[in-house]
Amino acid sequence: MIDVQNITKRYGDRTAIERVTFSVNKGEVLAFLGPNGAGKTTTMRILTCFMPATEGTATVDGFDCFDHPMEVKRRIGYLPESPPVYQELTVSEYLTFVGRLKGMTGATLRGRLPLVIEQVSLGEVRHRLIANLSRGYRQRVGLAQALIHDPPVLILDEPTVGLDPKQIIEIRELIKSLSGSHTVILSTHILPEATAVCQRVVIINEGRIVAVDAPEHLSARLRRSEKISLTVKTPPPDFADRLRRISGVVSVIDPATGGAFLVECALGRDIRDDLARFVVTNGWGLLELHAIAMTLEDVFLRLTRHEEGLGERSDGEPPPEVRA
Amino acid sequence: MTPAQAIVAKELRSACTSPIIYVVAAVFLVIFGVLSYIAVVNAGTQALRLMQIQGLSAKINLNDLVFRPTFYSSAIILLLVLPILTMRVFAEERKLKTFELLMTSPVGINHIVAGKFVAVFVIYLGMLALTSVVPVVLAMFNSFDWAPVFTGYLGLLLMGALFLAVGMFASAVTENQIIAAFLSFGLLLSVWLMGAMGSVLGDTPVGNAISYLSFIEHYDRLVRGLVDTKDLAYYASGILFMLFLTHRVVESQRWK
Repeated sequence: MIDVQNITKRYGDRTAIERVTFSVNKGEVLAFLGPNGAGKTTTMRILTCFMPATEGTATVDGFDCFDHPMEVKRRIGYLPESPPVYQELTVSEYLTFVGRLKGMTGATLRGRLPLVIEQVSLGEVRHRLIANLSRGYRQRVGLAQALIHDPPVLILDEPTVGLDPKQIIEIRELIKSLSGSHTVILSTHILPEATAVCQRVVIINEGRIVAVDAPEHLSARLRRSEKISLTVKTPPPDFADRLRRISGVVSVIDPATGGAFLVECALGRDIRDDLARFVVTNGWGLLELHAIAMTLEDVFLRLTRHEEGLGERSDGEPPPEVRA
Repeated sequence: MTPAQAIVAKELRSACTSPIIYVVAAVFLVIFGVLSYIAVVNAGTQALRLMQIQGLSAKINLNDLVFRPTFYSSAIILLLVLPILTMRVFAEERKLKTFELLMTSPVGINHIVAGKFVAVFVIYLGMLALTSVVPVVLAMFNSFDWAPVFTGYLGLLLMGALFLAVGMFASAVTENQIIAAFLSFGLLLSVWLMGAMGSVLGDTPVGNAISYLSFIEHYDRLVRGLVDTKDLAYYASGILFMLFLTHRVVESQRWK
């Protein structure tokens, strides 16, 4: 549905994104993850034909963003970084205006408007001036604006910014419900959001794609070993050394002040039952034992801090796309 | 409703909710009223003087004594007032980031520019319509030739449209509304002064070309009741040229 090939964008001599390549399948939800200033918004602006790329091609539904911008624009619903609302209009006036701007006829618009207002729960404010709405409501008006013409592709730049936790969950549910029938690209720097709603994650840093994969694959690929946290009531003084002697254990971090021992074991070997048996048969009192999963946060930090990681190249070549 | 029509409707709706349009219209109408009042009083004293010389048979010409001076001074008021009407047109869109919505909608830039121009022109038309009180009231007390009044209004209409097109261009250049207003004011004043520049250079080809560029000579002929295709062509091409420049500037914004 969306295909981006080697896109580069330069502002003067500053390079915003460099040779970005990725593709999104129909019905897929893809998250753009990256620190501020990584090039997320630039990539989205190129896809929405707001500005052309310096090099490379981007196509949406087979139409090139540069050669056929009108066809691309018709197929895209776009929520920019700050919701593009006119404060002097009421919510329904504004959405009607956007609908007409997108080329909707009066009849389809009349049918569609209540649906969209319902979808983003704007019912109670539909006749209020946007100027008098809170940040969260404005964000939802922005989202409604992107949905109004029921586009097959949605590009959402930080869709949950400024919303309260309850609204964030609602919007995530909405995005999830759109997947399948709609192709969605959203950008975020909130990692649980990406894990919650997306099938694939593109991690972008300093204008380059660092990794593309499903959230769970990303953490699995980066994991060199399994970590297990182990809390024991009365560990013997040489507990750490004894642990190291268990087969499969790579290293043990002794907390020294009491608390959880961090046991690292070889990848692919689950030694939790061995550890449990070891502690229990010796009667030291097993309090807690659990595997530490690497969160997307860890993955993200590792990738964007230039630590060794997935797809990281030292020779400046962009990483090949890793398919989920 | 096409997207361009939707833009016209939205622009008019936005303009009506903003105090700017009321202030602009009020200032324009008050000054227009005062100027025509002064012209009428002057015409009265002139008439009295004429009567002392020629007796009761003296007939004063309202076209020369009232309408012409009022139309001339209106050009100055419009020069000051219309940039305020156009300053927000693009500058505000860019400031409030709604520009991104327009540019990512399936609407051509020419439709956006045309829609916005039509909207400000309709507002200006409304302002002009209200000034018609002056000729209508005068017609009740004295007879005058309506033809030059109509051509004068045609001149006001065309010149105002040119001012609006220049103002839209200035508004597209910057996202600061004050700069937009001041820039269009400066541009209009410079073009006006080209008439004087031309006469400094005298009756040379360059001098004639420069004074042709000034809008005031063309306006002058219309106010005197002369409708010449040359003058109409000047305004039409000037408006289209400024709208074209506006289009280019809006387009170029995407490349930055």
